[in-house]
Amino acid sequence: MRHETRRLILLLLPAGIVFAAFFLLPMARLFFIGGSGKTGWAAYAAILTDSLYLDSLLSTMAVAAATTAATLVISGISGVFLQRHKFPGNALLVSMLTFPLAFPGVVIGFMVIMLAGRQGLIGQVTQALTGEKLVFAYTIAGLFMGYVYFSIPRTILTVMAAAEKLDPKLEEAARSLGASPWRVLLDVIIPGLKPAFISAGAICFATAVGAFGTAFTLAAKINVLPMVIYTEFTLSANIAMAAALSFVLGIVTWLVLAVARTAAGSSVAAAG
Amino acid sequence: MKRRGLFYLQLGFTLLVCAFLVVPVFLSIMAGLTVNYFVGIESGLTLRWVMEVWNGYRDTIFLSIGLSLACLAVTLVIGVPAAYVLAKRQTALTRALEEMLVLPVAVPGLATALALIVTYGSLSGFRTSWAFILVGHVLFTLPFMVRSVLAVLSAIDLKTLEEGAASLGAGFWPRFRDIVLPNCRQGILAGSLMVVTLSMGEFNMTWLLHTPFTKTLPVGLADAYASLRLEIGSAYTLVFFLMIMPLLLALQAFAKPRPAKFVAEDAE
Amino acid sequence: MTDTGNKPVSIALTNCSKTFPDGTRALEPLDLAIHAGETVVFLGPSGCGKTTTLRIIAGLEEPDAGGKVLFDGVDVTHLPIEQRNVGMVFQSYALFPNMTVAGNIGYGLKIRKVPDAQIKARVSEMLAMMQITRLADRRIDQLSGGQRQRVALARAIAVRPRALLLDEPLTALDAKLRDTLRLEIDSLLRSLGITAIYVTHDQAEAMALGDRIVVMEHGRVAQIGKPREIYQRPATRFVAEFIGTMNRLTGSVSNGTFTCKAGGIAWPEAPSSATEILFRPEDIRVVESGEATGLKGTVAAAFFLGDRTRLFVDVGEAQPLVIESTARRDFSHGDRVGLAIDPRGLLVL
Repeated sequence: MRHETRRLILLLLPAGIVFAAFFLLPMARLFFIGGSGKTGWAAYAAILTDSLYLDSLLSTMAVAAATTAATLVISGISGVFLQRHKFPGNALLVSMLTFPLAFPGVVIGFMVIMLAGRQGLIGQVTQALTGEKLVFAYTIAGLFMGYVYFSIPRTILTVMAAAEKLDPKLEEAARSLGASPWRVLLDVIIPGLKPAFISAGAICFATAVGAFGTAFTLAAKINVLPMVIYTEFTLSANIAMAAALSFVLGIVTWLVLAVARTAAGSSVAAAG
Repeated sequence: MKRRGLFYLQLGFTLLVCAFLVVPVFLSIMAGLTVNYFVGIESGLTLRWVMEVWNGYRDTIFLSIGLSLACLAVTLVIGVPAAYVLAKRQTALTRALEEMLVLPVAVPGLATALALIVTYGSLSGFRTSWAFILVGHVLFTLPFMVRSVLAVLSAIDLKTLEEGAASLGAGFWPRFRDIVLPNCRQGILAGSLMVVTLSMGEFNMTWLLHTPFTKTLPVGLADAYASLRLEIGSAYTLVFFLMIMPLLLALQAFAKPRPAKFVAEDAE
Repeated sequence: MTDTGNKPVSIALTNCSKTFPDGTRALEPLDLAIHAGETVVFLGPSGCGKTTTLRIIAGLEEPDAGGKVLFDGVDVTHLPIEQRNVGMVFQSYALFPNMTVAGNIGYGLKIRKVPDAQIKARVSEMLAMMQITRLADRRIDQLSGGQRQRVALARAIAVRPRALLLDEPLTALDAKLRDTLRLEIDSLLRSLGITAIYVTHDQAEAMALGDRIVVMEHGRVAQIGKPREIYQRPATRFVAEFIGTMNRLTGSVSNGTFTCKAGGIAWPEAPSSATEILFRPEDIRVVESGEATGLKGTVAAAFFLGDRTRLFVDVGEAQPLVIESTARRDFSHGDRVGLAIDPRGLLVL
């Protein structure tokens, strides 16, 4: 037995070394660098005391919350629908909805530009209809659209997996007791999907808070925290502030996922 | 009657969502193949933009492929054994380790990249090589390999299978080779696809980690989107789609559950 | 077919106890000697320590400090299972899903670096012996439960182990198949002449297969003996009630008669202190009317089983008596019946 423990440690060691050397150590260093700037450890408080950073923190949270809500509603409806009704073409729809699963943020940003950019579809359609060209890709609305685009595929997969495990007998039992479809939805389906909603929602929120590629593609002017960090680092060369902000950002996303994990009672597979 | 109405309402909604996801992909593919997107398809189709991308950004494509394969190799070598240990020893310590391994995914890539730069940025030979990006990609993709393998190992009765092999005389390493590895093949394969796909598309970290000589495909894409005409950006995106399409299709095929086999008791 | 190759081994446990890391005491200190070539069955309810004992013998667990496992007198306590050369059949079979049937059966030989040709020959021999030759190239998930069981047995025997250890091998199967396979395992063990240890919670299996049965309860041995001894002369109340059905009457002894609520039983050898007697259903019968009778009762329930009728007769005790009657008589609820007990079957524990 002791032999075996030694061998298991040996097998775990390479991953452990890589992880410690390239994540734990750098993160610790980032933490100290965050407190080494002109303002010292106050840099960590600046996120709440400096209105520039606080504003961006709030708008980041707002867009993440809106993304989470919209994604859950959209994926909830379509996911349960596709799981429940098997019709010709169902598999095709599922493939199309999950296809953008691994698009990086930059590509998502470009998709938003194709839809709502200066030469985008929405602009052309609105111009033809009203004579006004509707362009919102380069604003926070465009960012919201991108995050929803990004989050739908993985959320639908989670919802479908959870809906598959729902016991249809529970619904039948509820209906046999006289519950209307609406009550069945409220009393049986939504409670049954709750853990999936919590974990998928947490991932939506965390990725929306931390994502950078989409915002970067859309515009440098969108005032969300990742963009602020990037600007501090590259344009202002304020490495300490960038470090402090990104450390806080990391803590926030990690907390959201950890809380959701406890709430959902099952493991939350985070995905970026 | 009411039920059918509800069905079509949901179907219509789902089709709209599909359109939201798929239409921009088509628009971008069209744009990449159109002579002048502003004028429209009447301006004619061309491969000119794709060729320009090939000439200008070929290197990013090769670097991304190389990086993702290197990333796969590293995550296989360090991730699969780690997953095995985590599956075998379910203690508070290993659970904590499992949690920690996922941190680089939970923490924004920007933060991880900054941390790497402030720690190792001064090692200029390392900083300017593609290995610097590789480190970031490994951190980001390792949890996916570990989780994927771990999921398979947890689903089978690994302990009894190993005891069975031990009862037949197999020691630790033969068991690992003959029983553990072959039985987590599915997880390794699914994890590998995930690792390659994610590494191919990683941008959040790579944007900070790259140098002018180590530009990956997504970095090139961001460049093109920012500075070149829409048609070139589109053509470049098209190239990216072509590269990850097979990976995504394979991933989807994997996600589908295999039909359960029913074996009746034979007449014995 | 006595080709286990290796001579059957005798196994001895001395002072073997087992405490799990969480503090659970699975096994109290145990001494046990298993003769070469005999089949010993560990019988008991779940959690009684029988599987733990088997795993200690197998080398999957080590006993607490001070415990020893001896194979033919050689201390193997710290030898892991892969070096003990035992064959093991698991409750869930533990067949390798990544190998075919033939691959599974040949795996132990491959590990022993036996030449391919010999492996092939031995595998065919095993397939033929278990009558599964046509399944040789199947994958494990294409097999039924009974087929898996045969593959598991063949795989364990193929390496010519010094002892065969079977952990509830029939539990996962349905009742009918269990009967067939029990018979097959019995003749297999006899023909191999191998030392075999068989763990089960099913007393019928234990009775059928064991040369000796070790009845266990709460991590202790309750009784060791031949099936007949265990059944007829149980050492404790637990053994008496765990194996077969036991009837119970409470009362007192005077003048060679045991008197209870339902009447008196003539029992010349009765120990005077007895306040409770136990006996099997086959030692009590319903008497024909007119016959002299000591006990009287009322039929509480009667189940016609075809060849016999199982009667539950209320005699004023907490539990009704269970009686198997072969009489061609239609009993019904409320019938008054006279009862006769064979005093040779009476036990006081």
